[in-house]
Amino acid sequence: MKEGFRQSMSWLHTWAGLIFGWLLFAIFLTGTLSYFKEEINHWAKPEVPVRSLDTAASLALAQGYLQVHASGSPRWFINVPDAREPVLRVGWQDPGKPGRAGFMRKNLDPQTGAEVQARESRGGDFFYRFHFELQMGYPWGRWLSSIAAMVMFVGLISGIIVHKKLFKEFFTFRPGKGQRSWLDGHNALGVLVLPFHLMITYSSLVIFMTMVMPASIVSAYGDNTQALFKEMFPARDTPAPAGQPAPLVSLPSLYAQFEREQPGARLGRVEVLQAGDVNARVVMSRHNGDQVSTAVGAARTFDGVSGKRLDSGTATAPMVQASGTFYGLHMGQFAGPWLRWGYFLFGLGGTAIIGTGLIMWLGKRQLKHAKSGVQPMELRLVEVLNIASMAGLLLAIVSFLWANRLLPSTLLGRSDWEINSFFLMWGLALVHAALRPGRKAWAEQLAAGAILYALLPVLNGLTTDRGLWRSIPRGDWAMAGVDLTALATGLVLAWSLHRLHLKTRQPARRTLRTARTAEPIGTVLEGDAR
Amino acid sequence: MKNNTGGVPVSYRLAVASRVLAAVLGGYVLTSLVSICVALSLPMARSEAVLVSLMTSFVFYLLAILWCFACRSAGRAWAGMALPSLVLAAIWGVMAGTVGA
Repeated sequence: MKEGFRQSMSWLHTWAGLIFGWLLFAIFLTGTLSYFKEEINHWAKPEVPVRSLDTAASLALAQGYLQVHASGSPRWFINVPDAREPVLRVGWQDPGKPGRAGFMRKNLDPQTGAEVQARESRGGDFFYRFHFELQMGYPWGRWLSSIAAMVMFVGLISGIIVHKKLFKEFFTFRPGKGQRSWLDGHNALGVLVLPFHLMITYSSLVIFMTMVMPASIVSAYGDNTQALFKEMFPARDTPAPAGQPAPLVSLPSLYAQFEREQPGARLGRVEVLQAGDVNARVVMSRHNGDQVSTAVGAARTFDGVSGKRLDSGTATAPMVQASGTFYGLHMGQFAGPWLRWGYFLFGLGGTAIIGTGLIMWLGKRQLKHAKSGVQPMELRLVEVLNIASMAGLLLAIVSFLWANRLLPSTLLGRSDWEINSFFLMWGLALVHAALRPGRKAWAEQLAAGAILYALLPVLNGLTTDRGLWRSIPRGDWAMAGVDLTALATGLVLAWSLHRLHLKTRQPARRTLRTARTAEPIGTVLEGDAR
Repeated sequence: MKNNTGGVPVSYRLAVASRVLAAVLGGYVLTSLVSICVALSLPMARSEAVLVSLMTSFVFYLLAILWCFACRSAGRAWAGMALPSLVLAAIWGVMAGTVGA
């Protein structure tokens, strides 16, 4: 802090990165998985049949089902199947039970309209919720992840200041040189995915901004802070029931109208208010893959009896649009397959930047103690946490997926046990890392991960009829994609294990020499961050 | 902090803790006051002005935090948070007074 601006930023980058690095690694990795939330959901419920998509037929089936099972409910929701999650989801508010406890959900077969009897699983939703709630109660997890996001923002900007010679460093990758390669990799990744990082970090702050920065809302609105949201999203005309029964308009016919008015638009969700009453309303929202912003006023409201269009689609205010765009960019729901893989790979890049940073912090300090062979307590602590937070988390994720295939479907609290197996494995990995010497712990956890990931497709093929040899010919790419990604992860882990063995066999002297003859690029970090 | 492989003096540790507090808490108070003044002074619809203040607040917080770690002493870090906060609080007081009147 005393030596100058860049040195003080380097200090900040190093220590903020260390203290929040483990948490940020977990947030980034589970967030990256969440870009394939729907696919993981589909993988986690192999009982859900794959049908060809027919939105009009799905709507007719959903309407039939809800008229039988949810009559008298003030609110129905219908999510029509799409290619990523080919299941017809319906939900309704139980008129007898207000609030969240009375909200019912069912998955229907889009071809027969029958309830799908699938295993109980949170699937991809678990990783998605963990990414921002960290398995903590509301609102603590959201606060902690927002704080972590702010630290990430500080880490990014201070990192840019430290490495002002961004582009020069981007072309300076020297592999196979120990500590130097980690720094080069950290910098190259950082530059390559920098726009993504800035977008993803800043947008994560925007998502919870009304929660974490309430001062200006309170000063402008006083006690009535909810008024902000009413002004942002002018209240839809939510009718009171007239108490006079009238048949609900046919949803497929409304869908035909929706398609006529917005050619090319995909339907995402249908909300029916006061179905069966003369005051019924139907709100049809576009598929969230159709636009970036989550705040677009693209929903169409229809009279639920005559089918007449009631609104002209209200214009969204510019700042509502702007914040909705950041929200949408973060969630990536608009992304098609290619961009979605881009999101996934950039997310992995972000995860890797955090991981390489943590490894460098430790490696640099371990070098100083390499001769004496005695490692100070705090370095050992960082080492254990590094192993458990990186290799251990990978093991925890794959245990969740294994538990999904192995737990009996009749088990009480089955979906909770999937989550328990995630945390049990993570805890075991921590204990294991604490008991074993650093390099051995890395090797053993990477080996276990390589085996469990690579065998996941085999397990899937043995326990379901959705193995790769069936899913690929059927074109069920959501199912095959999860299997293939797991296989690729297993191979990458095996490769890193191989690299680790190569390095172990090299004499430690070489690493030391490389560190001493290191070129001055990036020496700010090297020299100061001790 | 260079060449301090072993014993770091307690005074140094306290100064770092003081800076962290200045950055996290002082910076948050300063950011809140900036966003209040932005929300109250922008000539647009109330909800729009509040959204601008919310979206820009993280940049102000970032700058405040960087300032706290870049300046020469912990005392300066605190001063850098306190003085603008006082000025903004005064502006807020004046604006709230005129709006109320």
